[in-house]
Amino acid sequence: MKKKSITEPRTSHTFDAYTNSEIRRAAETGIYDIRGGGSKRNLPNFDDLLFLGASISRYPLEGYRESCNTKVILGDRFSSNPLNLEIPITIAGMSFGALSAQAKEALGRGASLVGTSTTTGDGGMTKEERGHSKQLVYQLLPSRYGMNPDDLRKADAIEIVVGQGAKPGGGGMLLGQKINDRVAEMRTLPKGIDQRSPCRHPDWTGPDDMEIKILELREITGWKVPIFVKVAGSRPYYDVALAAKSGADVVVVDGMQGGTAATQEVFIENVGMPTLACVRPAVRALQELGLHRKVQLIISGGIRNGADVAKALALGADAVSIGSAALIALGDNDPRYQKDYEKLGTKAGSFDDWHEGLDPAGITTQDKKLSKRLDPKLGGRRLANYLNVMTMEAQTIARACGKNDLRNLEPEDLCALTVESAAMAGVPLAGTNWIPGT
Amino acid sequence: MNILDFNKLSLRDINKTLQGSDKNSFFSIRNPKGSHALAVGINKQITVKVVGSVGYYFAGMNKLSDIKVEGSAGPGLGENMMSGNIHVTGDVSQYAGASGHGGSILVEGNASSRCGISMKGVDIIVKGNVGHMSAFMAQKGNLVIFGNAGHALGDSIYEANIYVAGEVASLGADCIEKKMTKKHLSNLENILSNANVSDYNPDTFRRFGSARSLYNFNVDNAKIY
Ligand SMILES: Cc1cc2nc3c(=O)[nH]c(=O)nc-3n(C[C@H](O)[C@H](O)[C@H](O)COP(=O)(O)O)c2cc1C
Repeated sequence: MKKKSITEPRTSHTFDAYTNSEIRRAAETGIYDIRGGGSKRNLPNFDDLLFLGASISRYPLEGYRESCNTKVILGDRFSSNPLNLEIPITIAGMSFGALSAQAKEALGRGASLVGTSTTTGDGGMTKEERGHSKQLVYQLLPSRYGMNPDDLRKADAIEIVVGQGAKPGGGGMLLGQKINDRVAEMRTLPKGIDQRSPCRHPDWTGPDDMEIKILELREITGWKVPIFVKVAGSRPYYDVALAAKSGADVVVVDGMQGGTAATQEVFIENVGMPTLACVRPAVRALQELGLHRKVQLIISGGIRNGADVAKALALGADAVSIGSAALIALGDNDPRYQKDYEKLGTKAGSFDDWHEGLDPAGITTQDKKLSKRLDPKLGGRRLANYLNVMTMEAQTIARACGKNDLRNLEPEDLCALTVESAAMAGVPLAGTNWIPGT
Repeated sequence: MNILDFNKLSLRDINKTLQGSDKNSFFSIRNPKGSHALAVGINKQITVKVVGSVGYYFAGMNKLSDIKVEGSAGPGLGENMMSGNIHVTGDVSQYAGASGHGGSILVEGNASSRCGISMKGVDIIVKGNVGHMSAFMAQKGNLVIFGNAGHALGDSIYEANIYVAGEVASLGADCIEKKMTKKHLSNLENILSNANVSDYNPDTFRRFGSARSLYNFNVDNAKIY
């Protein structure tokens, strides 16, 4: 008889359990994995930066007493009615179709309670979100689903979506399970079919065309509302420069951690740059054009708390935008639905099959019963609380750095914990004055 | 009739006048010099005649208006129009009628590539030829082509109809020739009579549309995705 081995069974780093299960899944189904959410891999991120705080060389502001401004104006370059936000955190575009009408309403309510904006998404504007959003940004997407000049004129700003961080160079996806009558009608497509939105706009290609597109939108809306251009974080230096050159009032850069309603997993995890690496090149592009602070920069992709907000602003952004975190605030992946998640073969915190439309929290679904689980008023309240907390956290940090305005935070307030993050954020490695790559 | 002359007025002035005009007004635009974004965002029943050629996005996102160009038009003619009519006596560039939700476009000359891309209910009639990738991802509405169609006609088409009297260089993914039924013939006749087009022989038209094989993911189609 063979002697029993005395060494531990060894598992492979290359072929780890998840990788193997994915190979088996692919072999079984013959289709790539589609899911919602953002990148789940361990990327360099804002956690790799620290604030230095004030001491003798700089002194702090009094924690609760001295004021620290959080207001920001978005879009005053060319528009006569820019957005006036109380806080520098906006709600990112998430489509009706991907989200339930209740979820869209809750986002509008929450944003309005704290004086910030929310954004439509692929599939058009719903009356619920227009009605409950004081400041609503209307997206112009490649698909043009539900695109309507009347809605355009009802918008407080327009966002031309060129790309999304979760899938730079890719289009949207909404699978048949979620295409009920209302969604189908808004998109002018048959019910129950899989929708793969295009990745390119139907009526322009390069930046010179985009400039004329922006002119058209301004002529339609009488030069009143700001025009945002949203790009995925892939070549932020060039893309931000071209967006600004094309006449954008505001540029949104969405890093690869950015969430999506549904995309191929291979896309989410392997295309794009980490949000952390996008900020400085974007800011540099605007500075070199003399447009930093004149064209506002919004950063998104994996923003979770007030520290992330403060760090993005310190690196030069004017505001941030959140998608996933807002959904979590509403109740997405909440442990109280653990049993339901188990029935779907997953667990609270890991549920990402949003495209199947079976969300127990009633957020990423079009199912009547499930979507009723989300009370839009309560959801709105929860979102408002969360946005307030983030703002107060960011103010706490700013005051400790001696700043009476969140946007007075600067790269000099930061150090980096790793060589990678020092290079990406352009701030010194902690304890040194070394910024790799400069 | 009101004359709006580009030699005297700016684009902003002219668009503002058109957008703010009373119902049933009539305008004649002179010296357009290929201007972009002209006559956009009109949502009233007015009549506009342009003497000369226009640039990008002419008459984009319009509702109800009746517009004629005596000349040619640049890319994105009538993009996302909702209703009303556009009539161009010359040729039009790429993406004519892109994403149009309703109304009708009549082009007496040729249309370049991607004519009717993403169309969502508009009717487009081209008396000449259309370029490649026309009716790409066309969702709803009708594209009527009197001349020839370029390569990959109707690629990834949804529920729109394409009628072609001339030759088709090639069909795109999931686009097939379909039977010209009585219903479709009368649909074609309606579209053309609404646009006051009468000089044609209905028997010369063939119909194309979606095979609907890409509507839901199917492993056996993987190469096309
Ligand atoms: C459910 C969901 C739907 C989305 N839909 C859209 C959309 O329709 N248009 C768009 O530009 N971005 C869309 N996004 C991306 C967000 O606008 C935003 O870029 C992203 O969520 C930011 O990253 P975060 O989720 O880490 O905060 C969606 C994101 C999510 C989570």
